[in-house]
Amino acid sequence: MKRTTVQAALVPACLVLAASLTACGSDANSPASSGAKATGSTTTNGSSTDCPTGTINGEGSSAQKNAIELAITAYQDTCSGATVNYNPTGSGAGIKQFIAKQVDFAGSDSALKTVAVDGVVEADAAAKSCGSPAWDIPMVAGPIAIAYNLPGVTTLTLNAEVAAKIFNGTITTWNDPAIAALNAGASLPATAIKVFFRSDESGTTENFTKYLHAAAPAVWTADPSKKWTGKGEGKEKSAGVASAAAATPGGVTYAEWSYATQNKLGVAQIDSGAGAVALTGESAGKAVAAASQKGQGNDLALSLKYDTKEAGVYPIILVTYEIVCSRYADKAKANGVKSFLKFFASPEVQSKLESAGYAPLPAAVQAKVAAAIAAIS
Amino acid sequence: MTTSTPSMAARSAAAPAPAPPRTEQRSTGRLGDLIFAGAARGSGVLVIALVTLIGVFLVAQAIPALLKDQASFLTSREWTVAGDAPRFGIAELAWTTVSASIIAMAIAVPVGVAVALFITTYAPTWLRGPAATMIDMLAAVPSIVYGLWAVLSFRSVVRPVEDLIQQRLGGIPLFAPTGVSGGTIFFIGVVLSIMVLPIVTALSREVFAQTPTSHREAALALGATTWEMVRTAVLPFGRPGVISAAMLALGRALGETIAVTFIVSSLAPGTPWSWSLFNGGETFASRIANNAGEFDSAQKTGAFIAAGLVLFVLTFLVNAVARIVIQRRAAFSE
Repeated sequence: MKRTTVQAALVPACLVLAASLTACGSDANSPASSGAKATGSTTTNGSSTDCPTGTINGEGSSAQKNAIELAITAYQDTCSGATVNYNPTGSGAGIKQFIAKQVDFAGSDSALKTVAVDGVVEADAAAKSCGSPAWDIPMVAGPIAIAYNLPGVTTLTLNAEVAAKIFNGTITTWNDPAIAALNAGASLPATAIKVFFRSDESGTTENFTKYLHAAAPAVWTADPSKKWTGKGEGKEKSAGVASAAAATPGGVTYAEWSYATQNKLGVAQIDSGAGAVALTGESAGKAVAAASQKGQGNDLALSLKYDTKEAGVYPIILVTYEIVCSRYADKAKANGVKSFLKFFASPEVQSKLESAGYAPLPAAVQAKVAAAIAAIS
Repeated sequence: MTTSTPSMAARSAAAPAPAPPRTEQRSTGRLGDLIFAGAARGSGVLVIALVTLIGVFLVAQAIPALLKDQASFLTSREWTVAGDAPRFGIAELAWTTVSASIIAMAIAVPVGVAVALFITTYAPTWLRGPAATMIDMLAAVPSIVYGLWAVLSFRSVVRPVEDLIQQRLGGIPLFAPTGVSGGTIFFIGVVLSIMVLPIVTALSREVFAQTPTSHREAALALGATTWEMVRTAVLPFGRPGVISAAMLALGRALGETIAVTFIVSSLAPGTPWSWSLFNGGETFASRIANNAGEFDSAQKTGAFIAAGLVLFVLTFLVNAVARIVIQRRAAFSE
């Protein structure tokens, strides 16, 4: 009697365990370990990463999660006495915690706002909390992929106008003449288009709609916002939209590059007027290089040119920033943040990011970032 | 234990009247009594204070946002919580939450009661223990696992059923076809029903098992079949228990968060209203959970907390109704 009870209890437990393990098995963290080894040997000679001991805490954007985790693993391999914690709770939460002095730096998909939102000017509040101006330091450029699930269609080219029409529900089937015109020779199925959007408020949505609004203002009339303003079916977070698109033939969504590749979705090429541009680290990096600085001095808040017509530029990117105090009250924290960010911004680490689905910062921006980090005190 | 015995002995030796009268149970003045009474009273007060404070917190956080709300909070379907003129309402959230929970109840209560009857009445004795354990195992599965399983595997099982209902009964607004491919209200209801099944079953099983043997035997002696015995003796006796089980389960279904957040397909703003159960939509809990990362202003937070307050009141009402029903029905079962 007793034995049967135990057996009966064990069998389903094992089944559940097995199911959850396979479900979680597709995590693309392998670059982190390989990256760590390589950087450990290269950084010791040149970049003179001084290694302060102690712990620094960051919180914020989940879009840079994979990149910062990769950097943290490599950093802690180099500096065994230092600990960096990063909690990817979302940009809004990160900035809030930073202003409340709960964390030493914040990760955010957009620079601190200089206009009042709901009665709070983020930049002023952060400066007040730091006792010195807070700086936005661009660290990771994440291309946003227009990811589609069309069996048999390996390359698909879209432009801003057609993309906007797809995402606002004007174009409803994949063999629409507007899509066919951009894809001469491709055989497009008559499948209905199923749009998936982020149901949570997100920097990805904000940057994607900024692109649609800037590059196709006549079609995408809604103001860019963190909340989706188009049509479709909402899913939770990047993982949710990507897996929903992967499960639905005819599905299309916008998500960080790594999610599109992990879910084996097609990634649309963008034709901004000078020919189709595939999404690569290089083509997205060019969009960062083309951005202009809107912050002052060492505040490196960038203004992206979404409506660029230049050849070879993949225009849909989001830049995530590390938000830091220009002067920390606690000297140890200042050294810790400086040392980690210097390491994160170094060419060795930046060049590893492409394998995790990010675009490295172009050399010109890297130089500015290094100068800003050096000025933190 | 060993340390307290000598002191108690010393105490009773010192006292002239050693045994206190049995009828006067309030307090003997002994330390153990005082501690126990204090701890029990303290815990009771603490819980009541906690619930009250949570209520006060919700109201206090929600009021400033509600005052700014430009739309009708109870009937609007909009949800724009940032900016100077926020417009938000809970109509859609309430519809999704309540209708998914009702579907869950419609499936879980009959099945749960049937399972409980099987375990207490029909199953051979050797099977009763393992069967009960298996059902309880359902409650031990973490809700995120339910979410994963539902999205990755169970979806494709329910999909054909949904398609069939939409084809056959699509004329009825409740079953009208929609373009939603993922987490429909119907699908959420089905998953929730599995999640609350152990609650219904476990409680029903307990009450059915307590049916007096004399009632059962009396029915059988009068020539009743097993089913007639169940209908005339077991079910009337267990009814209050089943009702309270259903209400507890409903409370759980209303507030279930992680699995639902994982499954739901939310609707784009401005989607035309549909009564269809095959439409998407977010529940109270899933919308709050999904957006918690971006609570960057007090007004935004307040709007979500106002939605949380409605859920709190809703769950509170369900539990209150359950209590009233049980108290009224208690008289019948004797």
